[in-house]
Amino acid sequence: MTTATYAGATVELNDEGFFVDPNAWTPAMAEEMAKADGLDTLTEPHWTVINFMRKEYFEKGTGPTVRVLGKTSGVSVKDLYLLFPKGPAKMAARIAGIPKPKGCI
Amino acid sequence: MGFRTEGTEPITKVSIVISKGSLEGIYPGLIMANGARAEGMEANLFFTFFGLDAIHKKRIEHIKVSTVGNPAMHIPTLIGGLPGMSGLATHMMNKTMDKLDIPPIPEFIEMIGDTGAGLYACKASVDMFDLTKDDFVEQVSDIITVGDFYDLAAGGQIIFT
Repeated sequence: MTTATYAGATVELNDEGFFVDPNAWTPAMAEEMAKADGLDTLTEPHWTVINFMRKEYFEKGTGPTVRVLGKTSGVSVKDLYLLFPKGPAKMAARIAGIPKPKGCI
Repeated sequence: MGFRTEGTEPITKVSIVISKGSLEGIYPGLIMANGARAEGMEANLFFTFFGLDAIHKKRIEHIKVSTVGNPAMHIPTLIGGLPGMSGLATHMMNKTMDKLDIPPIPEFIEMIGDTGAGLYACKASVDMFDLTKDDFVEQVSDIITVGDFYDLAAGGQIIFT
């Protein structure tokens, strides 16, 4: 476990850099994390994915896989990889402040 | 770092060979390639021998579980060889996979293409089965030699299935 400071607040992260407490996340933190991950800015489709992932996480207890994202978030699989080049499930979940999604597909 | 041993570097690239044309021979490689891309790794798929059925425009729709010579099916070989057994086992397995949200092979290949993974057909096998690039689904970017494959795989891990 480590800590990091985003948007002026200190948060706890696990060994892989995912939020320990998804409730500690704020949108301003996402902007900073995205920059640190090599994204210039979070565009509208980025936010569609982030908000969808958080909604799924709080409803179902785990974030969606790439296939679920592609089928139900309104953003295609192709676009997901363009938006989050470091691997959509992993990178988007980290920026969205939720744990790494469980699932193989 | 999850399950990764401390002090080891993460894998950043995989090249996966799919050499079998049965359902159980094709899925593992597809799942591994798709999973690699989801983790942000570079991934290439190389289809060889009967594995070519997984990218063959017509055959991709009819991939079946092998019920003969497959002890893990727990069906006696003579029964497994009866007409329709393979179709039945495939139907049952497809239903289970659908419940688990695992896509059918044609949709899976399309999705893997969308992830940016490279899909390639093995030249020796293509020549042997007298096929051309037109016989393959559009996600296949090229027919390549084994030498080309090793060039593509350079700097990463190779997985043979």
